[in-house]
Amino acid sequence: MSRDPFSLWVYLSQSPLLWLTVTLLVYAIADAVSIWTGRHPFANPVLHSMWIIGTFLKLTNTSYTTYFGGAQFVHFLLGPATVALAVPLYENRKVVASAILPMLVALAAGSVTAVASVVVLAQAVGLPREVVLAMAPKSVTAGVAMGISESLHADPSLTAVAVILTGILGAITVTPLMNWMGITDFRARGFAVGIAAHGIGTARAFQVDAVAGVFAGIAMSLNALVTSLLVPLAVTLLLR
Amino acid sequence: MIASLSLILLCQLAGEAFVRWLGLPMPGPVVGLILLLLLLLARDRYPALAHGPLHGGGVENASLGLLANLSLLFVPAGVGVIQKLDLIVDHGVAFLGVLVISVLITLLVTVVTFVAAGRLMMRNEQS
Repeated sequence: MSRDPFSLWVYLSQSPLLWLTVTLLVYAIADAVSIWTGRHPFANPVLHSMWIIGTFLKLTNTSYTTYFGGAQFVHFLLGPATVALAVPLYENRKVVASAILPMLVALAAGSVTAVASVVVLAQAVGLPREVVLAMAPKSVTAGVAMGISESLHADPSLTAVAVILTGILGAITVTPLMNWMGITDFRARGFAVGIAAHGIGTARAFQVDAVAGVFAGIAMSLNALVTSLLVPLAVTLLLR
Repeated sequence: MIASLSLILLCQLAGEAFVRWLGLPMPGPVVGLILLLLLLLARDRYPALAHGPLHGGGVENASLGLLANLSLLFVPAGVGVIQKLDLIVDHGVAFLGVLVISVLITLLVTVVTFVAAGRLMMRNEQS
């Protein structure tokens, strides 16, 4: 048995157990704070878990690969959670069926705007070409966006960063923006955040309103389909 | 509980296999979503299907439990930002600025189109 705290740390810091525990614990605290503030947009639990865990990794000199060895068990559930969106969709099928037309029109407008705006703006401020390419699929859910990025020979890990930041920005801005615009239709509010900010926006929508969550989930799934076809086209047309 | 999770994983597995097999440019879990939706709809029509996870709200409760903690699932990918700190130092302001403006424009365009199309549809139904 080793009683040396340093060698104990060396052992634990390489084990998935520690990093899985850290991920769940930090998130549980961030989520409790978010509930305590009445789900204030700036108390976003993903945002605060990210910087707290990130700082902890930097301070302990732990690589992201080691961290991911434990966190991958959580990351894996993104796929099953996408499948699980079938249930709220099923339970709200009547509301959804009655809004098919506005959904399709808003999907077309929203997904084109999401890709075109980022490609045009990023070029206008002079970001390097490889960064622009990696940013193009930023409004779709992480797994899909990274696949698109790979097919464009861009950097998938940079795409993941753009995707997560976009999701957090959308989740923070959607409630104030929609209240300011006086939009009271939670179908439209949810659908917009699902298009603009994928799963993190959808998670936010579920916190605010169940119908908003359902529409955000549908928007996110449809946008994943459309964007994988749209990004290669937009890049050829808009990128010089 | 375990049967319900198995059903969800099975749908994802079938979706993944389907997409790979046909070489479609769409994510496997989205096909899995469609499969689970079809199963739930089929159950209402054919009572013979209402067994195991498709009976008594099994798969429904498991799915809603998973979705109640959707935010958590993005934390591991989000922490990946620490690998890109050099980029954030070099282009941080431009990078974030572009994302903020693009998100706001996308939210605005989508919500306005949705509301406008909805109103147009209602007006057509009334006339």
